Amino acid sequence: MNFFLDLLIELQESALLVWRAVRHPFRRPVYWRETVTQMDSIGFGTLPIVLLAGFFIGAVLALQTAGTLRSFGAQNYTGRLVATSLLRELGPVLTCILLAGRAGSGIAAELGAMCVSEQVDAMRALGTDPFRKLVRPRLLALLTMAPILTVFANVVGIIGGLIVSITLLQIPSSVYLSSAREALNYDDIWGTFLKTGVFGLIVAVVGCRCGLRTRGGTVGVGHSTTTSVVVSIVLILVSDFFLTRLILTLSGTA
Amino acid sequence: MSEYAIEFQDVHLAFGAQKVLDGVSFGVYPGETKILMGGSGTGKSTVLKLVLGLLKPDSGRIIVDNEDITDFSESQLIARRQKIGMIFQEGALFDSLSVYENVGYRLFEQGAEEEEIEEAVRRMLRFVNLEDAINKMPAELSGGMRRRVGIARALVGNPKIILYDEPTAGLDPPTARAICELAIKLRDLEGVSSLFVTHRIQDAVTLADYHATIGDDGEVAIVKNPRGGTGSSTKFVMLRHGKVMLEGEADVFWNSSDPYIRTFLELD
Ligand SMILES: Nc1ncnc2c1ncn2[C@@H]1O[C@H](COP(=O)(O)OP(=O)(O)OP(=O)(O)O)[C@@H](O)[C@H]1O
Ligand SMILES: [Mg+2]
Repeated sequence: MNFFLDLLIELQESALLVWRAVRHPFRRPVYWRETVTQMDSIGFGTLPIVLLAGFFIGAVLALQTAGTLRSFGAQNYTGRLVATSLLRELGPVLTCILLAGRAGSGIAAELGAMCVSEQVDAMRALGTDPFRKLVRPRLLALLTMAPILTVFANVVGIIGGLIVSITLLQIPSSVYLSSAREALNYDDIWGTFLKTGVFGLIVAVVGCRCGLRTRGGTVGVGHSTTTSVVVSIVLILVSDFFLTRLILTLSGTA
Repeated sequence: MSEYAIEFQDVHLAFGAQKVLDGVSFGVYPGETKILMGGSGTGKSTVLKLVLGLLKPDSGRIIVDNEDITDFSESQLIARRQKIGMIFQEGALFDSLSVYENVGYRLFEQGAEEEEIEEAVRRMLRFVNLEDAINKMPAELSGGMRRRVGIARALVGNPKIILYDEPTAGLDPPTARAICELAIKLRDLEGVSSLFVTHRIQDAVTLADYHATIGDDGEVAIVKNPRGGTGSSTKFVMLRHGKVMLEGEADVFWNSSDPYIRTFLELD
């Protein structure tokens, strides 16, 4: 019972956090500079690992599926399978799990350290709203960077699959690419953006919330950081199921 | 309305099961400095945070500058905090910002002109004798330097109320003395009202025994109060077990027969 009560309180606090961060969007100061800094550090900071992960996921997908497809004589569909898997599932989920591990944890640690060293209190004492100055830039950065990074992961993943197809599977690049292009349809594309938007929101809210509720010195900061990663990843995986269901229903394929 | 600049009316606050403030009432008149004393963990820092609205009391009222802030929302409080400066016990400097950006923080947030900020920051840093450190990062400073940067940051923007949380702890005697003189000047020349938390008896003596005047030559002088003078603008309040134990002018404390107060003031 207590657990559910805590859960409800946490949900309410998270909703309140988002509300406090986004209301009065144009009241001064707007903190554009902080927003750009966060976009830069979250976007460019996570890009290398997203590219690396995307490439190898695409490559291994091609490697794994080609064998099965060959037994049906459908090896020419490798490109389509790689692209669809990336676009629908692996791209958004993997990118956002990486974001949770790299950006979300960083947010929780930074805000947590600011909390325990009274910097958040000092900020409030100096007349700044921490929700506007600290939370909003991180929220905006993740909401924009999650979809952008996912697009990068998908493109690089398709290239990874292409390279494996040409070199190891002897599938001509034109066959691979034209089959991959068939995977690109309207439903999958808006589905990707819906998913990454929700996942980005999860990473930002969980990171900020874990950071700002930090108590108990350095140990508390470590705890907040770990919690933020675990909670974000669990929420991403669970919400992915329901989002997939929703997208399939709306696009009429379920 | 309240005749006080800061007034606590029967304030209660508990952290979980631990009662920290258990019916605290006192007031600080405009232009007065109230020295807040009490053992470690009696809730002095908590009192200062309540004045700023960083914490909310469980019950009781808190009135700051003729406004009952007890039920104010965070955005209402943010506006009120513009006129209050707080010196945090641990400095609480923003460690991602340079000394310059820390001290000028309030002005940066208000979108002031760069020249205006630079001038104000340099003036404040000269006050605390740290102009050389203007481009350093907080991590490169010693504890005492960090404290002084915290003081400079709190004073930018000429707040009418200043909350000092042990501003002299761990500083060398001349610097501690300079900080007390700064507080005296702000009290007597700028009419600043303040709460001054300290464990050092020397600070209390300095604040109570001296006042600042502008001499005939236009220079600011810190002079000793005449013996037996009344109506000092420095008052004392002692917290113990969540309550106000003793409150009044310096004499009330120096002449107290209470053994706790006598050991606290190092009289015995
Ligand atoms: N955020 C908090 N959560 C729980 N307990 C707290 C919190 N802040 C303070 N306390 C408790 O409240 C009491 C008063 O703390 P406070 O910091 O006000 O003491 P203090 O009088 O400033 O002490 P010191 O002279 O050591 O600075 C302490 O016992 C502390 O354990
Ligand atoms: Mg304290």
